[in-house]
Amino acid sequence: MPLPTLTTAAVLAAAAVLTVAAPPSAQALEAEIDQLLAVGPEGKGNPEAAAAWKSIAAQATPADVPALLAAMDKAGPLAANWIRGAVLTVADRSQAAGSPLTPDSLTAFLTKTTHGPAGRLLAADLLKHSHPDTWKTLVPTFLLDPVPALRREPVALLTTSATAAKDKSQLRQALDAARDEDQVRAAADELRTLGETVDLPRHFGFLMDWQVIGPFDNKSRSGYAAVFPPELSIDLNASYQGKEVKPGADPTIRWKPFTTEDEFGVVDLNKPLGMLKEVTGYATTTYTSPEARPAEIRLGSKNAWKLWFNGTPVFARDEYHRGMKIDQYRFPVELKAGPNTILMKLCQNEQTETWTVQWDFQLRICDASGTALLASDRPATPPAALTGKK
Amino acid sequence: MKTQAIRRRLPSAAAAILTFSGATAYADWLQFRGPDASGRGTGQAPAALAPSDIVWKADLPGRGLSSPLIAGNKVFLTAASGPDQETLHVLCFDNTSGKTLWERRFQATGRTMCHEKTNVAAPTPASDGTRLFALFSSNDCFCLDFDGNLLWLRSFTLDYPNASNSLGMASSPILADGVLITQIENDGESFTAGIDPATGQNLWKLDRPKNANWTSPTAWKDPGSGRLNVLVTAHEGVLALDPRTGKEQWTLPKPGTTIPSGGIGENHFAVPRPGKGLAVWTLTGGTSPPQLAWESPQINSDTASPVIQGSRVYAINGAGVLSCAELTTGDRPWKLRLEGPFSGSPVMSGNTLFAVSERGLLQAVDTTSAEGAISGKLDLAETILCTPSLSGTSIYVRSDSHLWRIGR
Repeated sequence: MPLPTLTTAAVLAAAAVLTVAAPPSAQALEAEIDQLLAVGPEGKGNPEAAAAWKSIAAQATPADVPALLAAMDKAGPLAANWIRGAVLTVADRSQAAGSPLTPDSLTAFLTKTTHGPAGRLLAADLLKHSHPDTWKTLVPTFLLDPVPALRREPVALLTTSATAAKDKSQLRQALDAARDEDQVRAAADELRTLGETVDLPRHFGFLMDWQVIGPFDNKSRSGYAAVFPPELSIDLNASYQGKEVKPGADPTIRWKPFTTEDEFGVVDLNKPLGMLKEVTGYATTTYTSPEARPAEIRLGSKNAWKLWFNGTPVFARDEYHRGMKIDQYRFPVELKAGPNTILMKLCQNEQTETWTVQWDFQLRICDASGTALLASDRPATPPAALTGKK
Repeated sequence: MKTQAIRRRLPSAAAAILTFSGATAYADWLQFRGPDASGRGTGQAPAALAPSDIVWKADLPGRGLSSPLIAGNKVFLTAASGPDQETLHVLCFDNTSGKTLWERRFQATGRTMCHEKTNVAAPTPASDGTRLFALFSSNDCFCLDFDGNLLWLRSFTLDYPNASNSLGMASSPILADGVLITQIENDGESFTAGIDPATGQNLWKLDRPKNANWTSPTAWKDPGSGRLNVLVTAHEGVLALDPRTGKEQWTLPKPGTTIPSGGIGENHFAVPRPGKGLAVWTLTGGTSPPQLAWESPQINSDTASPVIQGSRVYAINGAGVLSCAELTTGDRPWKLRLEGPFSGSPVMSGNTLFAVSERGLLQAVDTTSAEGAISGKLDLAETILCTPSLSGTSIYVRSDSHLWRIGR
């Protein structure tokens, strides 16, 4: 095949420029965004999204970015990544062409808190990379932002300055604003150094007071699938035949109250039920909500577990001793006004290594931003959980 | 005509590499441990390492222990950043200068919790020579072309909500017979899947035992049929799959470890065994299971995967001792203490074995020496947990902060 002549090449290049330069109409962009929003599980909609993405990435201009950011308000996590990739590509292309995104349009979007977290965080990302000076001026305004990720920088700045000044009031402000565990710990440690009392269970909304029962069996990890009586009904006055852990010992088990004194709300079943292996335990509590509203149950555990909320299974995970952290699992729930019942099943396996002793979980109720939602009848935090000492 | 003549003299894998790259300046390294996930390069990187061998060093925006891929004049890498490593980076560098050509950032949709020693950018991406498939510990997978255009994405945790590992996932995908093989094996929703590289959709999905598994699949070409088998190592043994269908070809019942992957040779497969050293199998082809050549508790792979070169297998144990063994007999002509510990696996460039310690000491070993001999060292002075990649006369390694090209 002969090489194209100069003239042909020039025509092709001009055509390419025209194609790139022609921005999509608002209607066309909307239709392409709809293709991105339509992606579903197991790759559904990927081919159509790829075609739309290519068009947006090649043709959209900085003027189209606010519409793309706004579309993230309607996007699930998959579609949000499609849009995120397109916006960043448009931003790169515009930057390379000498017409970068303007700080004004990004700031306008970012500071409008009615937009969802995904679009606002992307606007923040773009602002940080392309207009760092503008970003810096905005940072302090995000201290109480509904998007917790936007709080990180102002909380860090405030904690640092308040620590240097030994300013308790500002440290308290930083603590109240902080949502991430590392920043909460940092502010709390400084306050305690200055002699202040810090109530972390209340800050996070950990549920501290439980009724627990066990042990049931978990030989060969069979307890995870087994249905023991607490899963059928919660009767705090009932007694059951549990697992015989010592020959000749009475295996009758009953619910008993247990209040954790851990400041991160860790409910250690080894304490009320004994240091046992190949066992299953249950913990239940009632959370009284002042109103009906959406909320999140956030859970951490390194044991196999199942969770029920108001009698309905929420999630279950058959994994042992791989790790535990605050907010390891997040589940949206609808609180009803008044009492709401939470039931946890917690299985301990047969492993004998020192790092497999834990038989515990931590659970809190908060809103989608991680702000604690406190029960209307929440008891006072146990004094031992206020000290920061294990 | 010239190219055809060259190809006739090259092994088929090398010819495939030339075809993929469309360029002869660099030999491509398109997945974890390179061609067939073997750990063997086709060029000769400098055996006597020196600081002057550093061609370039690029800054990285996030952590990772994935290996770089090299395709033509582009180098690809993944990284993760943010308080919970929730920002996923796919990066492309110019192979000549180390300059960043493009970067794409996404948000993790799956769980990002990991053991502190690993991180969300643990799996190495794979490429078919025109597309990049970047998988992360969060089970997010992104397919991009070499210009950074997004072609598809998947979230295996959104699709299968119990598919995750609270210590982190690490298995690297591979391409085999035009199918992207992803080994998402864990204590919960455990599976290995064949993904259509064009759409990201499942071609097949095979339920696997509920056990955490950080090994990566390996490919072996059956000389009889010319077809590829995908070898999946797990605690339950080794499973050979037809990559196009996911159908079992044969199994090996002896348990394999779940951290180091198997080492593949022309006709042998070296499988690290939990507490029992190394087992070497002779691959027979067809649906007949391989025959055990030998098993030795004295040759161990701790975290680093063994590598086969020619008639020998090399393995590094937890104390940093490199053992050399004959593939057919298990005889051990030598062993050599390296400066460990090692998280990354050794790779072979010609007869030189390269391994980088967790402390960032890149070490070159002359495997032709009667006792094995260290031929060079280069202190990169950063924590390095990745497996090196090779391309032509260069070695590529990364830390949490930097990517190096070393060689020529």
